[in-house]
Amino acid sequence: MTRLRSRLRIGDAFGLAWLGLKARPGRSVLTALGIAIGIAAIVAVVGISASGRADLLDQLDRLGTNLIRVGPGQGILGGPAELPEDAPSMAARIGPVENVSAAGLVDVTIRRTDLIPELETGGLSLVAVDPNLIEVLGASMGMGRFVDSGLAEMPVVVLGEVAAERLGIRNLENERLIYADGWWLSVVGIASDLDLHPDLERSAMVGFPAAEAMFGEVHPTALYLRVIPEAVDDITEVLPSTVNPENPDRVEITRPADALAAREAADSALTQLLIALGSVALLVGGVAIANVMVMSVLERRMEIGVRRALGATRRHVRSQFLLESIMLAGSGGLVGAGLGAGITLGYATLRGLRLDVPVEALGGAVAAALGIGAIAGLYPASRASRIPPSEAVRGSR
Amino acid sequence: MPVLRLRQVHKTYPGPPPVEAIRGVDLDIDPGEMVAIVGPSGSGKTTLLHLMGGLDRPSSGLVEINGVDVSRVSDRELSGLRAAKLGFVFQEFFLLAGVTALDNVAQGLVYRAVPPRDRRKLAAVALEKVGLGDRMTHLSTRLSGGERQRVGIARAIVGDPAIVFADEPTGNLDSVTSEEIVRLLLDLNAGGSTIVVITHDLDLASRFPRRVSMRDGNLL
Ligand SMILES: Nc1ncnc2c1ncn2[C@@H]1O[C@H](COP(=O)(O)OP(=O)(O)OP(=O)(O)O)[C@@H](O)[C@H]1O
Ligand SMILES: [Mg+2]
Repeated sequence: MTRLRSRLRIGDAFGLAWLGLKARPGRSVLTALGIAIGIAAIVAVVGISASGRADLLDQLDRLGTNLIRVGPGQGILGGPAELPEDAPSMAARIGPVENVSAAGLVDVTIRRTDLIPELETGGLSLVAVDPNLIEVLGASMGMGRFVDSGLAEMPVVVLGEVAAERLGIRNLENERLIYADGWWLSVVGIASDLDLHPDLERSAMVGFPAAEAMFGEVHPTALYLRVIPEAVDDITEVLPSTVNPENPDRVEITRPADALAAREAADSALTQLLIALGSVALLVGGVAIANVMVMSVLERRMEIGVRRALGATRRHVRSQFLLESIMLAGSGGLVGAGLGAGITLGYATLRGLRLDVPVEALGGAVAAALGIGAIAGLYPASRASRIPPSEAVRGSR
Repeated sequence: MPVLRLRQVHKTYPGPPPVEAIRGVDLDIDPGEMVAIVGPSGSGKTTLLHLMGGLDRPSSGLVEINGVDVSRVSDRELSGLRAAKLGFVFQEFFLLAGVTALDNVAQGLVYRAVPPRDRRKLAAVALEKVGLGDRMTHLSTRLSGGERQRVGIARAIVGDPAIVFADEPTGNLDSVTSEEIVRLLLDLNAGGSTIVVITHDLDLASRFPRRVSMRDGNLL
């Protein structure tokens, strides 16, 4: 009986599905839209967070994990939040510490001019720094130069980026002065890449000798240590009693890299939440497709009858509706993946992030859409295939 | 040897209540015959046509289509039989909307795995045969009722079937157009096609070489 087999070419199977979708373009587009939106959301979230992470890892690389910040803890008795005078030299004596740089908060306000009231300091502070600070932090100069050894005794400052912005200083083409309690200080540089040091980013930095000449004694309020990476934990342990033997509990030790790690953890928690939301959108999209396909089967009874009369087997009918559903969801998935990649590109460009849309995410998104289409189409397709041909061609009579 | 052989065919639609639509029909149709089935509404004409066309199976009795006993083949093989040997024309045309006349006709060959190019060539030939050579690229929805039915007939004959079945093919057409369709069917029969047509219209039926009358599930 082999000569009586119905045969449908693979290409025709797709062709028939395409015909079905093309016959109701508006409905097809709207139905696929749900999947497209869900996929776009997920791809964008994954892409943006991957791009963000790439950037974070870059930052982490530049920063290194072997930077330790030592600050004065909040004393129980509420004494001055500073470190002992000799803290820098004590810290430097620990073997695996490669480099130490100190910074000391100067108790003055800085302003653009003396005409601005003292209270309006914009949250900016003056910090005395060692000449090697920029190098120890792994930061860089956005413009100008740092208050290195040659400038440490001069009344000049380097601004953090936030401080520069708040003081309205965007370039150093003309000499720019800022006012600090009776002194005019000349701006010689603007430091960048201080994102992990918000206190410095919001400060004007001046050399220790210059600060003391103008405002009196300045105690260190922060130490920055570059240490041998393997020794980070050991050093962390001995640091408090080394820099402040009398009050080791008044020492607070942080690793800026930890802040990055925490940020990454928070990012990925948010990412997961957004992906979960996107998945719900996908689920809803899948249900919508199933819905539309069931409706389509009901409406197309006569087409099903004609196809059966023309020789389609149950399986041919099933595959036609299943393929329609898969193509509907798949096209939604493709559009969504493109859209999501586009959104990621736009966001990364806007934020100056390194673009990183994982190929697996794109492939996975489209595969997920196809899977959703297959599942959504299962029931309608099997329903279509079970309509007896004689009843189908009787139409709606 | 008859191309269609029915012996003591019964068809009961399971109820409730059960309807005995066909009650012991014996009928032979030879290759090249043109038969009109007439009878009042509800007499079982469509049911009989579906049994003869392998769209449904009898509750009992023998239905042999082109030498194939339908009780001995699977649903798949029955589909294969329809694809290879049978053509159907419907009262309401049942064309695909948004598709050209040519592509509608070509659908008649899809389940025989005829490559698309050959399909369209054969479809064009079939459309010429029904007198629609100048309407091939028209969308089916832009054709008149008579033209649509010609497309329907072209779709039924494009695969050169052993038998063409038509259930009230002129039921939705005016008398002039009906006359054209009947003439076309007669022409096709003259060209060698075996054709079984259901009609209410006794005038039209009188033009057919052979008439079979039905009443209450039986042939008269
Ligand atoms: N699926 C079904 N279930 C139950 N009864 C049915 C079914 N299909 C048809 N019948 C009944 O079988 C009988 C024969 O129906 P059939 O459609 O074959 O008549 P017909 O001669 O084609 O009528 P018409 O000229 O109105 O088209 C009718 O009484 C009808 O109500
Ligand atoms: Mg009928």
